[in-house]
Amino acid sequence: MMEPASTATTSESGNAERAPSFKTISGRPIKRLYTADDINAIEYERDLGDPGVYPYTRGIHADGYRGKLWTMRQFAGFGTPEETNERYKQLLAAGGTGLSVAFDLPTLMGRDPDHPLALGEVGKCGVSIASLADMERLFDGIPLGAITTSMTINSPAPMIFAMYLVVAEQQGANWATLSGTIQNDILKEFIAQKEYIFPPRPSMRLITDVFGFCAKEVPRWNTISVSGYHIREAGATAAQELAFTLADGIEYAQWGVDAGLDVDRFVPRMSFFFNAHSDFFEEIAKYRAARKIWSRVMRERFGAKDERSWKLRFHAQTAGVSLTAQQPYNNVVRTALQALSAVLGGTNSLHTNSLDEALALPTADAATLALRTQQIIAHETGVTDVVDPLGGSYFVERLTKDMEDEAYAYFETIDRLGGMVAAIEQGFPQREIAESAYRFQQAVERRDQLIVGVNAYQDATDEPMSILYIDDKVAITQQVRLDEVRRRRNGPRLDRALQELRLVAQGGDNTIYPLLECVRAYATVGEMCDALREVWGEWEEVPSI
Amino acid sequence: MRKIRVVIAKPGLDGHDRGAKVIARALRDAGMEVIYTGLRQTPEQIVTAALQEDADVIGLSILSGAHMHICPKVMELLHQNGLDDVLVLVGGIIPDVDVPKLQALGIDGIFLPGSPMKDIVDFIHQRVQPRAEAL
Repeated sequence: MMEPASTATTSESGNAERAPSFKTISGRPIKRLYTADDINAIEYERDLGDPGVYPYTRGIHADGYRGKLWTMRQFAGFGTPEETNERYKQLLAAGGTGLSVAFDLPTLMGRDPDHPLALGEVGKCGVSIASLADMERLFDGIPLGAITTSMTINSPAPMIFAMYLVVAEQQGANWATLSGTIQNDILKEFIAQKEYIFPPRPSMRLITDVFGFCAKEVPRWNTISVSGYHIREAGATAAQELAFTLADGIEYAQWGVDAGLDVDRFVPRMSFFFNAHSDFFEEIAKYRAARKIWSRVMRERFGAKDERSWKLRFHAQTAGVSLTAQQPYNNVVRTALQALSAVLGGTNSLHTNSLDEALALPTADAATLALRTQQIIAHETGVTDVVDPLGGSYFVERLTKDMEDEAYAYFETIDRLGGMVAAIEQGFPQREIAESAYRFQQAVERRDQLIVGVNAYQDATDEPMSILYIDDKVAITQQVRLDEVRRRRNGPRLDRALQELRLVAQGGDNTIYPLLECVRAYATVGEMCDALREVWGEWEEVPSI
Repeated sequence: MRKIRVVIAKPGLDGHDRGAKVIARALRDAGMEVIYTGLRQTPEQIVTAALQEDADVIGLSILSGAHMHICPKVMELLHQNGLDDVLVLVGGIIPDVDVPKLQALGIDGIFLPGSPMKDIVDFIHQRVQPRAEAL
């Protein structure tokens, strides 16, 4: 076992401090003590407001979690649709209150299971969905009118969403009552996760098509989940996560307005998704700052009149990147603390990671323990009985203000570059994040940043743990099924539907309507994406270190 | 003496490039010549890059679980192209049971999450002799 390095210095009071300086995990310097002097520029009504009151720094609900707890939404998906369907039924039976679908990489990249690039990837990182037939199996016996579903899908979001709508229709559910979320956030793909297909501008058009379609047809659906999660996982600091996510949100809102939509008709259905990382107070400040900034931007910059446009609703997920393969049981503790910060920051929905996720997708037992972690926070700690219990803390209020200021500074730079699409095309957020990722790794190597079990308190041997292993039978099953779908569908109807999709993509009409017809004709995700690739081309990033 | 030349590649469909980029930079800072191929490289593209760049080392970053398909293909193509002396490293999420299988293919270094960059740098320095500059 190795003790952390001690570089004691002496503070003003003469006591030895553990380090020459103290910083958050994002590298933000922090003081030993915060007092009333640190928040004397903050005015309660202007900067905080009561919970449920503009600018919503203290929360969007006046009653906090007294009325309704956050949605406990565990992200899951692997293998065949049947295997995932079984996991969903288990999570719902264990008290989960919403579903969250993880798709495999071929689906996320708009490739069918038999495409050469899908080799070795089918069903590995999520469930494989190639056509409506798979979607029917995924939700078999799960009433879509009675639950809410979140789907983590971006570039092919309109295709997968169209499949969901058709399955709901088959079950007899009315679209107007459906509720759930599609991630549908392409900007953070260009910035961080890199699961893009088409170039940025046609990709943005698909998103505004979803906004317009849902405003008319599926009014309770969350059309986008503007995501900082992946930006943070790629190495961004907390302030960069906050700034780039909200800048993405601003860009989507602007494109919606430019497409002729009324701000108050689509912005209330935009939602957000943040990382719940390890630096406890910095995370809480981030969520509070996010609500404040969004309400002000919507009201002042966009002139939104509907209060629902001002309220930032968000999902949080604990930080996958903080999980360690070494001493994996420590991950339960990390996740619990991260989840607590998200709850104290007023999250509306939460996913807690499983302890084995630095090794593989979670086993059923590990996934249940992760859900239990949320239930313990909700029902045993008492933190849910008071709204924004940290409001007024000198430290938290000061951090909230500092995060807000940093975000506005980034907004200025991004506006100067021509908005977020232009900034991405110039590689700006990508460079900022890569720089932060490298700085963090260097801090770990120098042991300025300690990670228990990794660069401190290591054990000589780690107990091996049993993990979920996905074999290649999934790929074979999915290919056989795909062949069957291709054999049984109506060829001329399919060709007409794909041709109509190409024509609409070349013109300016809403692409969701022709996509619905493609889905009904059992077009595959790969075929629909290929039709659009023919019209719009594909995006390729210039590699840089 | 010329610098040690390393091709860092991301095969497969996965776009999570944080690890690949951090290690590329660390190797460069350690004095090596690093060529980063970018995302979604096929085994053929990776081996072509290694040939063209006259690489001493190939580093593959794989987090998606596709390693048992990609690695054998890369090793086979290296052999076909007479590049058996290129040191191959794999970094990413590799289940324990696959580690001996990858080693049996001739993959010399397998680095799991949490591996210090210094270990990877040292590993390369121990196994690769800097060559004389080509004329």
